[in-house]
Amino acid sequence: MQELLKKLSETYGPSGREEQIARVIREEIKDYVDETFTDNMGNLYAVKKGSGTKIMVAAHMDEIGMIVTHIDDKGFLRFSNVGGLSPHVLLGQRVVFANGSQGTIGMEKIEEIGKLTLEKLYIDIGATSKDDARKYVKVGDIATYHREATVTGRRIIGKAMDNRAGCAVLIKAIQGLAKTDNEIYAVFTSQEEVGLRGSRISTYRINPDLGLAVDITMVGDTPEAPTMDVSLGKGPTVKIKDASVICHPRLKEKLSEIAEKNEIPYQYEVLIAGGTDAGAIHLTKEGIPAGVISVPCRYVHTPGEMVDLDDLDHAVKLLKAFLSAPLEMREIFPCHLE
Amino acid sequence: MLLKRLSEASGVSGDEAEVRSLLKEELSLHVEQVTTDALGNLYLKKGIGRKPRVMVAAHMDEVGLMVVGYEKSGLLRVVKVGSIDDRVLASKVVAVGKDRVPGVIGAKAVHLQKPTERTKAIEISNLYIDIGVRSQEEAEKLIKIGEYATFTVTVREAGDNCLIGKAFDNRAGCAILAELLKEDFNLELNAVFTVQEEVGLRGAGVAAYSLHPDLALVIETTAAADVVGSKEASYVTKLGDGPAITLMDSTYMAPQLIVDLVAETAENLAIPYQFRRLTTAGTDAGIISQTHSGILSAVISVPCRYLHSPASIINMEDWQNTLRLTRGILNSIAEGGLRLAGTA
Amino acid sequence: MELKRFLKDICEAPGVSGYEEYVAKIVRAAFCSHVDEVRQDRMGNVAFFKKGSGSGERRPRILLAAHMDEIGLMVTKIEEGGFLRFSAVGGIDPRTIVGQEVILFGREKLPGVIGVKPPHLTSADELGKGHKMEDLHIDIALTEERARKLVAVGDLALIRREFIQLAGNTVAAKAMDDRAGVAVLLACLQELERLRHAADVYAVATVQEEVGVRGAAMATYGIVPDIGIAVDVTHAEMPGVLEHEACKLGKGPGITVGPNIHPKISEEIIRVAKEYRLPYQLEAFPGPTGTDARAIQVTRGGIPTGLISIPLRYMHTSVELLDMDDLKLSGRLLAYFIAGVDLSFVEGLSCC
Repeated sequence: MQELLKKLSETYGPSGREEQIARVIREEIKDYVDETFTDNMGNLYAVKKGSGTKIMVAAHMDEIGMIVTHIDDKGFLRFSNVGGLSPHVLLGQRVVFANGSQGTIGMEKIEEIGKLTLEKLYIDIGATSKDDARKYVKVGDIATYHREATVTGRRIIGKAMDNRAGCAVLIKAIQGLAKTDNEIYAVFTSQEEVGLRGSRISTYRINPDLGLAVDITMVGDTPEAPTMDVSLGKGPTVKIKDASVICHPRLKEKLSEIAEKNEIPYQYEVLIAGGTDAGAIHLTKEGIPAGVISVPCRYVHTPGEMVDLDDLDHAVKLLKAFLSAPLEMREIFPCHLE
Repeated sequence: MLLKRLSEASGVSGDEAEVRSLLKEELSLHVEQVTTDALGNLYLKKGIGRKPRVMVAAHMDEVGLMVVGYEKSGLLRVVKVGSIDDRVLASKVVAVGKDRVPGVIGAKAVHLQKPTERTKAIEISNLYIDIGVRSQEEAEKLIKIGEYATFTVTVREAGDNCLIGKAFDNRAGCAILAELLKEDFNLELNAVFTVQEEVGLRGAGVAAYSLHPDLALVIETTAAADVVGSKEASYVTKLGDGPAITLMDSTYMAPQLIVDLVAETAENLAIPYQFRRLTTAGTDAGIISQTHSGILSAVISVPCRYLHSPASIINMEDWQNTLRLTRGILNSIAEGGLRLAGTA
Repeated sequence: MELKRFLKDICEAPGVSGYEEYVAKIVRAAFCSHVDEVRQDRMGNVAFFKKGSGSGERRPRILLAAHMDEIGLMVTKIEEGGFLRFSAVGGIDPRTIVGQEVILFGREKLPGVIGVKPPHLTSADELGKGHKMEDLHIDIALTEERARKLVAVGDLALIRREFIQLAGNTVAAKAMDDRAGVAVLLACLQELERLRHAADVYAVATVQEEVGVRGAAMATYGIVPDIGIAVDVTHAEMPGVLEHEACKLGKGPGITVGPNIHPKISEEIIRVAKEYRLPYQLEAFPGPTGTDARAIQVTRGGIPTGLISIPLRYMHTSVELLDMDDLKLSGRLLAYFIAGVDLSFVEGLSCC
C-alpha cells in the first residue's frame, strides 16, 4: 500500500489533465478486471463483469492545480485555481507542470497579508523573458504542487492524498477482490475537484443499482480544529452527510453492519462543507442509492496532506467486504410503506 | 442587418418570444426542420441523417429587469433577471412589457443626497421604473406583474469598425449561428437558439438531452476588459485580437483535443485568435458537456466590452473572424478532423 | 380525512431531509384511499397515482410535487460533559433555535434543550451579536458516558413543536414548509373525486427538497410527465419585508410567473381561478425558484412547469404560520386546473 500510494501521490494529474495518472492506475488494475476503457472526459473505467447487483465505485483521480492564464513580458506566469486553493497555502510553494517544468509561487507586495488573493500571486519558472517562458509553458497549462511522499511511522505525508488515497484503496480492493456475482464498475473519475463532473457522466453511462464513492475527509483531531468527530487512525469513515449528499440510510446501515461483522474499526462522518462524487452519483436519472467510505486526512488541499496506513488498510478491507457481499436490492431497499 | 435587429429585439430570460420569431422568420427557409420545446428553445436542423451529429448552440436570452410590484405613486418596482451590476442601471431608458411602454430608471438627484449617500452604490431596491403615470391604478392598466423590461439602445457604428449596442451577449453569437445556417456543411447540423442561459444555463441542458449530439459547439460573447486602469493579466480578452477560445470556466474545462482542433483550424485559415483568460463565469457548454454520458464541447466567443450593460462594444472584424473560425471548425469536423474519444 | 387534522399529524411527525420514512407512512395512510396506486422509489419519494378518464391514444400525464422533508439538526460530535454539537440539514437561522426544546432521535427519543447563557452572564456586547451554529449545543442532561450509549454522530434532532391553533383560521407549526403543500395535494385529490379529469395524476410527496431540490428531479425523471406543478409555500407579509416581496395571508394561493414557469400554464391556472372565482395572488420570480419547480422544468427534454404557493409567515422557523383557507383554496384551484387539462392543451404547450 505504501509504495502504491507514494507512486500515485507523486504522479501528475490535475482536473482536466488526468492522462498521466490514468495510465499509472490502469497499469495497476488491468490484470484484475475484465475490461478497461476511458471516455471523452477522461474517466477510467475498470469492469469486473457479473450477473448480480451492479455496483459503481468511484474514486476521483484528479488533484487541484493552478492554470496559467497569462505570461507577462518578464516571463512570470499569472494563474487561476483549478479546484479549491488557498492563497496563503500557496506562498512559496514549489510547483510542477505536465512536461516537468518547475517553479515557485511568489507574491506582490501587500499591506495586509490577511487580504491576500490569487491575483497577487504568480509562478516563477526562472525564465528570463516572455519568449523564454514560452519555450516551456503556454497559457492553459496546469501546474500542481511538487512534492515527494514520505512515510513516518504509520502515517504517510504527500500532495494529492486527496484523492490518490481513495484511488489506492479502490485499486487494492479490486486487486484482492473475492469471487462474487456482483458486477463491479470501478471508475477513476476526472474533474471531481471542479464540480463532480466525471462521476456525473460516468454514472449516467453505467446506470448502476447503487454507488459508492471512496474519498478522503477532514478530521477534527488537530489543535483548535473546527468541530468534527473524525480522527486519524481510528479507521475509515462511513459518511452520513456532506454538502453534496445525504448518504442513503440503508447503505449507511449496511456498511456499518459489514464493518462490525468483520471487526473493522470505523467512524461516522458528518462533513459540513465539501462534497464528493456521491453527490453526482445519487442524483442521476431516477436516483441511485449512494454511500461514501472516507479515509481521514489532515491538512486537506495543502502539499502536506497526511493519511494513516492502518486507516487505508481497514478501508480496503471494508470496501472488499462490501463489494463481495450478497447485496439483494429488494432486501436493502424494500420500498414499501406498511 | 440581422445583428442590429437581433440586438434591438427584446428577449430577457424567460421572455425570448420576439427573438425566437425573428430567427424563425429569417431562417426557416434555409433548413429542413424547425421545432421548439417546453422551455422555448428553437431548434433548426439541416443535413438530417448525416454523421456526425453536431449541436451548435447560441443563447438568445439577455439580462434585463422584471416588474414585481407597484408603488402607490405609479412607479414600478423591479428586480434583475440575470447578473447585472446595480450601478449600470441608474439613469437609463427602458421599454416595458409586450407593448414596449417607455420608461426611465431614475435616481435621486445628487442635490438631494447626503454626502455619505453619494459614495455608496445605488441599490436596486432604491431603483424603480417610471413610466410617467401618477397612480398605481393607471400603472396596472398598462403593465402587468411579471412583465419584462429591457434597455432601449439603438445599434450604432463607432470607432474602427466597431458597434455599440445592448445584448451583444449573446445576439452577436446568434447572428453568427444564423449566418452558418444559411450555408451547407457535410454533417447533421442541429442549431439551437437556447433560452435562459443567463439565469442558470437552463435551456441548453434540456436541448442537449433531446438532441443527444456527438459533439457540441457553443458560440458566445465574452468579456473584454482591455480598458484603462486594468492590468494586462486581467483583460480576459482584447478587442481586435480575434475570437476567443475558452480553456476553462466555472462550469467546464476544454479537453486538449478540442483546444488543438480549434487552434489548428484557426492557424490553417490564418484567422487570429486568443484565449479567454478568465476561469470564472459559465456558458451553455458547462451543462451540455455533462449531459448524457458526456458530450465533447467547444466554446468560441466574440470579445465584448461592457457586457451586461446597456452600452456594449464589439469589433466587427472580431465578429467576422469568429464566423470564419466556427465555419472552419464545422468543416474540419465534417472532414473527420476530430477523433471522437470513446475507448482507449 | 379532515384537512386540519392531517396537517397537524404530518407537521408534528419527524421527517428531516434524507430520513422521511416516518412522515411518508402518515402521508400514505391518508392518501391511499383516494388513489389507484402507490409507489415508493429507492430514494424515498412516494408517488400516488390516480387514473384519468380520458380515452383515445393516450392520456395526458400531470405530476404534482410537494416535498415532505423538513429542515432539522444533525449531531456532529459528542463533547465532554455529554453536550452535543450539531449542524443544520437545510437552511436554518441559528438565531431562531436558541432557547428551544428539542427531540433528539438517538437510540430512543430523548428530550433536550438548545441552551443559552443567561443574560446575567452575558456582556452588553455579546447581547448584540447573533448566535452562530458552531457555538450552540444540545443539552440532553446526560453524562458523556451515557450520552455515547444513546446518541451517535449523524443522529437527528428536531425542534419540539406542537401544532398551534391561533385566531380564526390561522394555524402555526414546524415544517409547514412544505407539509402544507402535501396537505394541498390531499385536498386536491379529495376534490378530484368529485370531478372528471382526462389526465392521469401523479401526486408525489418528494424527498430532500431542502438540501437542493433533489427528490423532485429523480421523481420527474421516472414519471416523465407532460406537465409538472409544484406546490410549496411562499413568504407572507410581515414588518420589515417590502410589499412586493411577499403575498398576503388569506387572499388565496400565489401563482408564479417567470422563467421557471411555462407561460401557458400560469395563464391557464389564472384563467381557471378567474372562472371559478377563486382568489389568487400573482408572484413574479426572475429565475429558477427555490422549489421543486426548479428541478422539474429541466428534467430530460424539459417539462412545462407551474408553481402554486401557500402564503406563509416566518419560513424556516418552528412557528411557520398560515391561513387554512389559503390551503383549501390551493387544493381546489389545483383540482380545477387538472380537470381542464386535455391532450390538446398539452399539445399546445410545445409550440411557441
